[in-house]
Amino acid sequence: MAAVPGSPESPGSPYHPTTARDAAARGAAGLRGQPTPSEVIAGLRATSHGDDLVQLLSPEGTLTAHEDFPFEVDADLLRGLYRDMVLVRRFDREGNALQRQGQLSIWVPLLGQEAAQIGAGRALRPGDMAFPSYREHGVAWCRGVDPTQLLGIFRGTDHCGWDPKATRFNCYTIVIGNQVLNATGYAMGQRFDGAIGSPEADGESRNEATIAFFGDGATSQGDVHEGMVFAAAFDAPVVFYCQNNQWAISEPVEKQSRVPLWQRSTGYGFPGVRVDGNDVVACLAVTRWALEECRSGNGPVMIEAFTYRMDAHTTSDDPTRYRLADEEQHWKLLDPIERVKVHLSRQGMADQEFFDSVGAEADELAARFRAHCIAMPKPPPERIFANVYSEPHHQLEQQQAQYLVYLASFEDQGSATPGQVTR
Amino acid sequence: MNDGAVSSPRSGADSKPVTLAKALNMSLRAAMDEDPKVIVMGEDVGKLGGVFRVTDGLQKDFGDHRVLDTPLAESGIIGTAVGLAMRGYRPVAEIQFDGFVFPGFDQIISQVAKVTYRSQGAWSMPLVIRIPFGGGIGAVEHHAEAPESFFCHIGGLRVVACSTAQDAYDMLRAAISCDDPVVFFEPKRRYWEKGALDLGATALTDTALTDTGAERERPPGCFSSVVRRPGTDVTVVSYGSSMPILHAAADAAAAEGRSLEVIDLRSLSPLDLGPVLDSVRKTGRLVVVSEAPRESSITADIAARVTEEAFYSLAAPVLRVAGFDTPYPPSRLEEDYLPDLDKVLDAVDRALAF
Repeated sequence: MAAVPGSPESPGSPYHPTTARDAAARGAAGLRGQPTPSEVIAGLRATSHGDDLVQLLSPEGTLTAHEDFPFEVDADLLRGLYRDMVLVRRFDREGNALQRQGQLSIWVPLLGQEAAQIGAGRALRPGDMAFPSYREHGVAWCRGVDPTQLLGIFRGTDHCGWDPKATRFNCYTIVIGNQVLNATGYAMGQRFDGAIGSPEADGESRNEATIAFFGDGATSQGDVHEGMVFAAAFDAPVVFYCQNNQWAISEPVEKQSRVPLWQRSTGYGFPGVRVDGNDVVACLAVTRWALEECRSGNGPVMIEAFTYRMDAHTTSDDPTRYRLADEEQHWKLLDPIERVKVHLSRQGMADQEFFDSVGAEADELAARFRAHCIAMPKPPPERIFANVYSEPHHQLEQQQAQYLVYLASFEDQGSATPGQVTR
Repeated sequence: MNDGAVSSPRSGADSKPVTLAKALNMSLRAAMDEDPKVIVMGEDVGKLGGVFRVTDGLQKDFGDHRVLDTPLAESGIIGTAVGLAMRGYRPVAEIQFDGFVFPGFDQIISQVAKVTYRSQGAWSMPLVIRIPFGGGIGAVEHHAEAPESFFCHIGGLRVVACSTAQDAYDMLRAAISCDDPVVFFEPKRRYWEKGALDLGATALTDTALTDTGAERERPPGCFSSVVRRPGTDVTVVSYGSSMPILHAAADAAAAEGRSLEVIDLRSLSPLDLGPVLDSVRKTGRLVVVSEAPRESSITADIAARVTEEAFYSLAAPVLRVAGFDTPYPPSRLEEDYLPDLDKVLDAVDRALAF
């Protein structure tokens, strides 16, 4: 295709890499895969959050009260949130490494979204229910799902390695937006059960809420729209928690919406808030408020956590083909962990010993994560047929029996089973 | 119609003939009476009672928390039903017409069918999706389709089709009590045809295991096929709306001295081929009838499996009477499209000619 004026291929255009530094900024893909001018503009636009952002802890580590979201912060809370984010980032990085070393077929990094996920996750009570998409490793952590339980999905040994019922953290849902409707239905059930709107008794509340996690890309899906319509129609106690990380693989958020995403809630008739998704304190304060609104019968609520996907969409993706390193550098200055560390240090809430101990704990977690991953066995063939149905199913029982006889026929001949043959 | 919210249908046993639609209504009412977790949801199922009146009177008696008039969105109906089932409800979701199921198809395939498997059994999915199906009512496009094969192809779903008032009642009760998702096809062309409904005859003999391992009673035979009429010369098999055609064919054949064995599949997934294979081993000839397009269909699967399992019993190839591999035609042409008495008798003649 011929170069058109103003295109990246056109010499002399402002987008043509003329220096080694420019080329480096574009990353390894270099000329082969450059962001288009519109992508560059979209990406830079995504660094501007507008005037409606709820922020409590600034990127420089300054804590400011917000009149709409009054929130008590103490040293224990901040140290806990810091620890959560460091540990989650550490095993997330290990996930990337394990994929590169062939131990995982894919990993879905959350780098940059630690605050958005830990803030929301720590706002949940044990009785609340969470419906994740597939990047919510930080929320999983808060729900008590061990990081090693996330590995099976990406190593190919299971589709969900934890008990979604017991943890009240549903299985990862890969079809974009599906879980938003499932969450809405669950929340409708909470309302039908009378699990919202009761006064507290003895300081205890039996009220519950549901939270649905999805991304900016998912907001284009019909299921997200229908979820919001149903939630409004049935006054469902569900928090629609959209992590706007600016990129749906290669498509900037402006491909999904002309208006800021949080403003969509107005059209459905419930409140929406845009929160600094890199500010764990604000995410916690706003989500806690939103869940309480739902528990007390004032749901649904939408939250847009304005954040950034610092890494690729997955380990199979190459962001250098569609966005500039400059943009990543801008967001690096807004890092969710650094601002908490600065605040803890400056306020004398934590000393070097604390930071060192969290670092050591993170390394131990990563080592355990790695060792567990490498030791995960291939499941037995019976697993193919297990739990397809809750009740007996003669057709599958027959298929399983026939396949096991087939496998056994190899053993009778003293040769390897097909699964053991090295190809 | 007002049976009262608290009256059990068994206590008011009614042996008079009822329409198939009424039998379904009574079945829903009985299930809702018995288990407060059973809820009905769909478009126009409340005040209107559904466009076919299958849910008539239920909202009045059970309230709008148990009979939900939903926004007009099929993915929303199925997707929220999934969440309600996770919450412990037993939703019965109505899809208004066969051709309208496709906006909800993604949720059925991606979630309903896979939630139990994905969660390694942590979630069960006791959800019934009722779909009026099939043609012959002179309707506009999307109101006369037979999409059952799509669902039979998906592991994790159970698919059934009723053809009589008695089955409508019993099979829907069984489907609602099943912990697996059941796609329940209703022969809309036969909704107003009356049949005997003997509530005393639905002896609760079968048992299934509950989550806790305890045995639970359930009506028999939701997931099995039945021989409707014994015969010796040719086996004819179908389900749903085509069953009366098979009976008419058996009558016509009998007048010519030929004996047809008529089998109602009832369960489309899993297929219960035992009675079909037993019959074919006796007759050696099999004709399979369905309104659905022929390609990659239930009729195709039956032909393949009978060939695999009863090859030496066959005296003729398995023959099929099915819809053409076209979109459903304008209704003035549907008589040409649908299986009818002549097409079935023609196939019987061809099977016997071998």
